[in-house]
Amino acid sequence: MDTSEDILQQASPDLVRGSETARRSKAARLSPSFISWLQAGPMMLVFLAFFLIPLVFVVIVSFWDYNEYQLLPAFSGRGYTDTFEGCIAQLPDLCTIAKTYLKTLKLCFLVWIITLFIGFWVAYFLAFHVKSKTWQMGLSLLCTIPFWTSNVIRMIAWIPLLGRNGLVNSGLVKTGLINHPVEWLLFSEFSVVLALVHLFTFFMVVPIFNSMVRIDKSLIEAAYDAGATGFQTLVNVIIPLAKPGIVIGSIFVITIVMGDFITIGVMGGQQIAAAGKIIETRVNALQFPAAAANAVILLVITFLIITMMSRIVDIKKEL
Amino acid sequence: MKEGRPRSFYVLAIFFAAYTLFLYGPMIAIYVLSFQGPQGGLTFPMNGVSTFWIAKLFQGTGIVDLGAAFRRSLLLGIIVMIVTVVLSVAAGMAFRRKFKAQSILFYSAIASLIVPSIITSLGISLEFRIIDDLIKGTINENFETSMGLLTSGLGAHLTWTLPFGLLIMFAIFNRFDPRLEEAARDLGATPWQAFRHVVLPIILPSVIGIGLFGFTLSWDELARSSQAIGAVNTLPLDLQGLTTTVTNPDIYALGTVISVVSFTVIALALGTIHMLNKRQAAKGSDAGKGLV
Repeated sequence: MDTSEDILQQASPDLVRGSETARRSKAARLSPSFISWLQAGPMMLVFLAFFLIPLVFVVIVSFWDYNEYQLLPAFSGRGYTDTFEGCIAQLPDLCTIAKTYLKTLKLCFLVWIITLFIGFWVAYFLAFHVKSKTWQMGLSLLCTIPFWTSNVIRMIAWIPLLGRNGLVNSGLVKTGLINHPVEWLLFSEFSVVLALVHLFTFFMVVPIFNSMVRIDKSLIEAAYDAGATGFQTLVNVIIPLAKPGIVIGSIFVITIVMGDFITIGVMGGQQIAAAGKIIETRVNALQFPAAAANAVILLVITFLIITMMSRIVDIKKEL
Repeated sequence: MKEGRPRSFYVLAIFFAAYTLFLYGPMIAIYVLSFQGPQGGLTFPMNGVSTFWIAKLFQGTGIVDLGAAFRRSLLLGIIVMIVTVVLSVAAGMAFRRKFKAQSILFYSAIASLIVPSIITSLGISLEFRIIDDLIKGTINENFETSMGLLTSGLGAHLTWTLPFGLLIMFAIFNRFDPRLEEAARDLGATPWQAFRHVVLPIILPSVIGIGLFGFTLSWDELARSSQAIGAVNTLPLDLQGLTTTVTNPDIYALGTVISVVSFTVIALALGTIHMLNKRQAAKGSDAGKGLV
């Protein structure tokens, strides 16, 4: 930055040290740790009141009893037993909750693979092929702007394209590829996955791009000089160095899809069961303990996935 | 480098262009369709061009009370934006020193970001129901509810916007040169003066970015609002409610109106950031001018 400061520091280090003590005596009235509390306290309070305590209530209420119209604050495992109803009796067939979670995991896996593929190459293009900083900024912004607009609108946007009389169907009929419009384009698992990819690839692009721009370009040149092919450089240099971004992006995408109920609801025509959807259904039926029990199950599974993934990388170090 | 671009550049450039088309294409389709003629339906082809459906929205004869929901969402968005900016900048400053609850706050923010929204939303709704029951049982039997747009709703939105604000502050201070602030202090500035005249002007463009995130994330928020907003709906909730019932293009018109607000805010924020950056580049060096 400013070299005069460097010179000053080198020439008379005592001056800087002196200012340190001067500052300390001045701030003595308010201790630094008190100031830190003032600064960070409000945010901590918000998380306490609207995130941590609510989570505790979810766990507590999941062990309460309920009837048709109200919560009964007495210990009961009914929320859980109702949820796992038939899981043992129906063996070897799968019970509803197991089927639902399998379906959710399947959607999750599909979305993860696709967003990872798209996100990786988009980030790769931005980080390694776009040389000018201005272009890099502009194109990153182009990817970010949709993130600042409404998710529901971006879902609805598929209706005129994928509907029974939508652009895709009429196009296919016109070219003679199909005789009748296909039904599975909209309100199906296909449209759910498509919309999730459309909405959330952004969460993959940003962390991977962040990891990639930090890669020292001379490492890639070194690999090239040592005779590595482009593919070898990719597999042995770039992917290992981009791994933190890949893991963070994956955590985002997987947790979003695991808990999603809106995209699956809107794009699945409210017909597809999913982990988040069960919670919503239970809440709408005013069965709060059952909803809370499902939330706890979802939380545990999400937590397990994150722990597994964060074994691979230290998240705190990467941010 | 004088060599031409490698073939992979062109392949990936096409890939990137396709991704951009995938991102924007469908959105543009509904903006166009919201100008359907009065007889038009939900899909292409256009049946004439008119502002019939948009006008219908504003007459209030449509499906929802757009005006009220619009004002509610705008009010909530602005409050969320202000609170997010103030709390994030304050907490970001705190993170420049070590303090005791540092890692608790950090992990709370990260957890708040990745715990599924429906769980946070359910938790807030349970919390407020229990508070309501307590008040009914002790203070006032006729008490209705403490849940609402600016209590549980505001809290729910903040659990979503604050983590973004904090992460942006981390990014800012990763690049921030602490010597600038030290220099100010050495020249006799109080901590507040150093913040007000040195730190804040430098980080201002990014702080506007935090505001942009705060407003737009709240303006479009859905999952966390779903259980925690109380009796009234925000605009996105109304829009989502329409998706199951609607057969007319007014849903596209509503989508377009919501997007116009988003794009206006994005443009304003980006414009301001650009202007501030330019001014910083031009007036960055104030050698010999002294502290104002």
